[in-house]
Amino acid sequence: MTDTLPGAAIPNPLDEAAINAAVEDAVAAIAAASSLDELKAVRLAHTGEKSPLSLANREIGGLAKEHKAAAGKLMGSSRGRVNQALAARTQVLEAENDARILIEETVDVTAAPRRRRAGARHPLSTLQDRVSDIFVGMGWEIAEGPEVESEWFNFDALNFKPDHPAREMQDTFFVEPPEAHLLMRTHTSPVQVRSMLEREVPIYVLCPGKVFRTDELDATHTPVFHQFEGLAIDKDLSMADLRGTLEHFARQMFGDEASIRLRPNYFPFTEPSAELDIWHPGAKGGPRWIEWGGCGMVNPNVLRAAGIDPDVYSGFAFGMGIERTLMFRNEVGDMRDMIEGDVRFSEHFGMEI
Amino acid sequence: MRIPLSWLREFAQVPAEATAEDVMADLVKVGFEEEDVHRPTDELKGPIVVGQVLSLVKEPQTNGKTINWCQVRVVPEGQEQTLTGKGIDPSGVQGIICGAHNFVEGDKVVVTLPGAVLPGNFQISARKTYGHLSAGMIASVRELGIGDDHDGILVLSRIGLDPEIGTDAMELLGLYDQAAEINVTPDRGYAFSIRGVAREYAHATGTSFVDPASKVNAPASLQGGYGVKLNDDAPIYGKPGCDRFVARTVRGVDATRPTPPWMSSRLRLAGIRSISLPVDISNYVMLELGQPNHCYDLDKLSGDIVVRRAVAGEKITTLDDKERTLDVEDLLITDDSGAIGIAGVMGGAHTEVSDSTTNILVEAAHFDEVSIARSRRRHKLPSEASKRFERGVDWHVANIAAQRVVDLLVELAGGTADQTGTDVGTAPDAVVIELPEGFASARIGIDFTEEQITTSLEDLGAVVEKTSSGYRVTAPSWRNDLETKEDLSEEIARLVGYDNIPATLPVAPPGRGLSRTQQQKRRVVQALADAGLTDVLSYPFVTKAANDTFGIAEEGAARPALKLANPISEEHGFLRTSILPGLIEVARRNHSRGFRDLALYEAGSVFLPGEKLGTESIPPLGVKPSDEVLDALYDGVPHQPLHIAAVLTGHDSPAAATHKPRAWDWADAVDVARLIADVLGVELVVSQGSHQAFHPGRAAQLALRNGDVVGYAGELHPKLLAAHDMPARSVAVEVDVEALFDAAADVIVAKHISGFPVATQDVALVVPQDVPADQVLSALREGAGELLEDVALFDVYVGPGIDDGKKSLAFGLRFRADDRTLTADEASEARAAAVAVAAERFGAVQR
Repeated sequence: MTDTLPGAAIPNPLDEAAINAAVEDAVAAIAAASSLDELKAVRLAHTGEKSPLSLANREIGGLAKEHKAAAGKLMGSSRGRVNQALAARTQVLEAENDARILIEETVDVTAAPRRRRAGARHPLSTLQDRVSDIFVGMGWEIAEGPEVESEWFNFDALNFKPDHPAREMQDTFFVEPPEAHLLMRTHTSPVQVRSMLEREVPIYVLCPGKVFRTDELDATHTPVFHQFEGLAIDKDLSMADLRGTLEHFARQMFGDEASIRLRPNYFPFTEPSAELDIWHPGAKGGPRWIEWGGCGMVNPNVLRAAGIDPDVYSGFAFGMGIERTLMFRNEVGDMRDMIEGDVRFSEHFGMEI
Repeated sequence: MRIPLSWLREFAQVPAEATAEDVMADLVKVGFEEEDVHRPTDELKGPIVVGQVLSLVKEPQTNGKTINWCQVRVVPEGQEQTLTGKGIDPSGVQGIICGAHNFVEGDKVVVTLPGAVLPGNFQISARKTYGHLSAGMIASVRELGIGDDHDGILVLSRIGLDPEIGTDAMELLGLYDQAAEINVTPDRGYAFSIRGVAREYAHATGTSFVDPASKVNAPASLQGGYGVKLNDDAPIYGKPGCDRFVARTVRGVDATRPTPPWMSSRLRLAGIRSISLPVDISNYVMLELGQPNHCYDLDKLSGDIVVRRAVAGEKITTLDDKERTLDVEDLLITDDSGAIGIAGVMGGAHTEVSDSTTNILVEAAHFDEVSIARSRRRHKLPSEASKRFERGVDWHVANIAAQRVVDLLVELAGGTADQTGTDVGTAPDAVVIELPEGFASARIGIDFTEEQITTSLEDLGAVVEKTSSGYRVTAPSWRNDLETKEDLSEEIARLVGYDNIPATLPVAPPGRGLSRTQQQKRRVVQALADAGLTDVLSYPFVTKAANDTFGIAEEGAARPALKLANPISEEHGFLRTSILPGLIEVARRNHSRGFRDLALYEAGSVFLPGEKLGTESIPPLGVKPSDEVLDALYDGVPHQPLHIAAVLTGHDSPAAATHKPRAWDWADAVDVARLIADVLGVELVVSQGSHQAFHPGRAAQLALRNGDVVGYAGELHPKLLAAHDMPARSVAVEVDVEALFDAAADVIVAKHISGFPVATQDVALVVPQDVPADQVLSALREGAGELLEDVALFDVYVGPGIDDGKKSLAFGLRFRADDRTLTADEASEARAAAVAVAAERFGAVQR
């Protein structure tokens, strides 16, 4: 085929059979080309200057005038057929070539390296945000305050009498010198007092934060832990409002099936006071009531300390431990895991709880 | 408080089959939390019976010990053994080896028969020992788990018992009884007694209750007894330290008589050790009626008893044989010899009853709560008595309790009571509370009926009188916690049941959502996590050295720090002025646990005391302080800004087949600071810094545009890293983010976006090595003028072609005009102007 072409007889541009044969040869060679390189060679052989069709075409110039039109028409259509075949074959081979390159570029995607560290939030902080968001959604605001606090805000303003045993039950860290009356807050309740002093009634605030007690670290105690406390001061608030708020919150946190229980208890800053239990259907060891926090109606002395008239306004307050919530919600078995800073603890949770 | 059920049953309707758990489940409804169960039968199983030692043969052993081979009758003679089982002899007589020698033939003892189980899962079986088959054990109190007595075998006659052979010894010794332990909140002193708990049990179950005080037949008045004077010349808050003192005399007691098992068993279940009959009686009455009381050896008293405050330097040796120096505020019981007791806290050693005591003076007094609480704290003497007095004891029960002690001393100790007695003091006024109509209903959210209100309050022991505007309620004398209408509301709700409170959801007024600062904080801590750092927590308790190193940049300029008065560890007795010490410790812990690549951060408060520290005094409760006083309170609270710190060590990512991780370096620390600033939209000025905790050449000082320094970043000092067992080249950053929050713009003003093409020009400048690149960049920016859109350092070169001590900095400059396409000449001109400033300022030469 192609290698026989050079030196072959030049076909007569008026010989339709010979020209057709050359076209057939070219089309067959084009179809047989299996790569773009082969096709290039075929193209040169059948359409190049030395190709039979080009040579035949050149012969037209020497023909008698009356034959020139017929020969031109024959050669034009013949070369057109060849070019068409070339173009079609080129497209096919280019597509095949592109596909092969992509196949050759195949990688093992399962070996993808992690080039970026996966960071993590501490679950106590994530949980604190989630709790805050639930209350913000109810129109409450988030209030914060200092961790080293005046004794007055932590105790006296909250109706802890100076010599009452309740004051000692708080296991307080005092700051030197003792005469300065500074301590590490034992609960976030001083933020409630600050809120009452700084804001106008009605007040609906949630106070999350770090608190401190002189407990040695063990599986269930830590000297530094986190609480969130809520405070609502308005006209005509009752314990039913307290229960409704806590029930709503519990359902947001634990689903529509969550239920709560109030048990009588004592806190100097509330009267009546109650212990709050939550029903935990998924508790380890079977469904049961779990002690979640304390709550009650704000003691009138606390309102008076903030200059709020208890005969006009009433309020309720509640407080829960964030560690405790995380412990029973997420089955954290040991308090130490939360505070020792082992990266495995935070990284297991990632950005979620 | 531990409540033996047999005791509770005397006064309340506790079902016979009720367990301690059942009782606790009822009491929790009225506000007593469950604590524990004490039940001997959890550890002790029969058959355990009374036996009589028929014969006892002493058999010396080769090891020098002598053992007793005993025949013990465990079934009355003539009766058949009804028990069966391996090792139980049908004859009713068991052969038992016993190593103790404190008993003789004929003694009645407690025999644990084969099949019995003793505390510690000690299984009794017949076994061959010392050449005999020993079928059971003759038990000691210790083995039965009812005492610490090492004196050997429990011989029943010595505790005043002569039961029939074969009697169930567990029944005899009260071992089927059990106690419920409940937590009593500090407002309810009355519940530290069977009397109080029995009443509460009746409230909880709606059953009837007999007041144990009503079963004591006490005289209405007492006269002619021992001389007692109440001389308090320094009452606290104007309240006399002692407002009642009842004294009774019992003569001819035998203090050595054994305490009957029913009493010692109840005391034991209540958690009180049996000491001697008079002391046991005293404790028994305290537990039953809630009235602490004391027995003096009458013959050791001299002269009248005077209750007074201590004088300076006065001393007493208390019952625990410790000499204590008294404070002038301590209330004392004294006689002519001086102090014989710290009132309501602990009696003195000198006048305590002993085995030889025959005449007893019984004291039942009423003391001021605050006075007792202070003495107890001062002398660190928590006692059963002080626990009750500081929570409040019923004034009216003193005389009754004294009578009950007298009755028991007569009955059990063989004494004779004097007809005379002493009762001095003044009854406090009854507390009368007005409860307005509808108040309790409004506060609780239940529409209480008049019937519910009156019944509830009357059940408590209150006297209720209906008035035109509500109820006039006289609180019971034992409920010193009832003072206000709110207190009464709680009582009504408690008795009606908290479970009946409905749920309503109050609607808060429209809020503003999270405050700006709260949002800023959230975005920063989230951005750090998103950037691959791990959020951890550390304690704020640090050493002084840690604060001195990290708290402030300059060495020797120790920043003041807060010290705790009662830290958990003296060494870590200071509050942090920097987060880094704690965070480095967390990093070290993780590193030692095999985690080499770490990027940790913590957001938390640091404590920076200023000149003012607290207030000398604090205002009283229940009143709003004046604005001046409040301002002083606010001002006294130290500055506690939120800081964020990060520690990076190892590599930036895990190594993988096709990935070579990069080691963290100082620039990553700076980048963390920049990330925080970027998130907040604050410009951070980074300059060469100097901080003792950091590498002297690789520390960046971080400042706001106004020059305020807000933190440091860089490589930690190699010596510090070595001292903390941390890998070399670990880097850290700490930023006062609160300062950044404040610096953030409230409103960001938009900038015009020019659509004209950019003209870029590069320039390489040779400057001395010590010139900071950032300053050269600033010089270029200044010099280039307003056509400059951006300038960036893209190469730093030191080496061939550059003189020693110099470096080449390559910058890319982007120029653009707002209103036209810049010509090449305009751009070159601006570039030349930029270079001119750098040349002037740092001798920069174009390469």
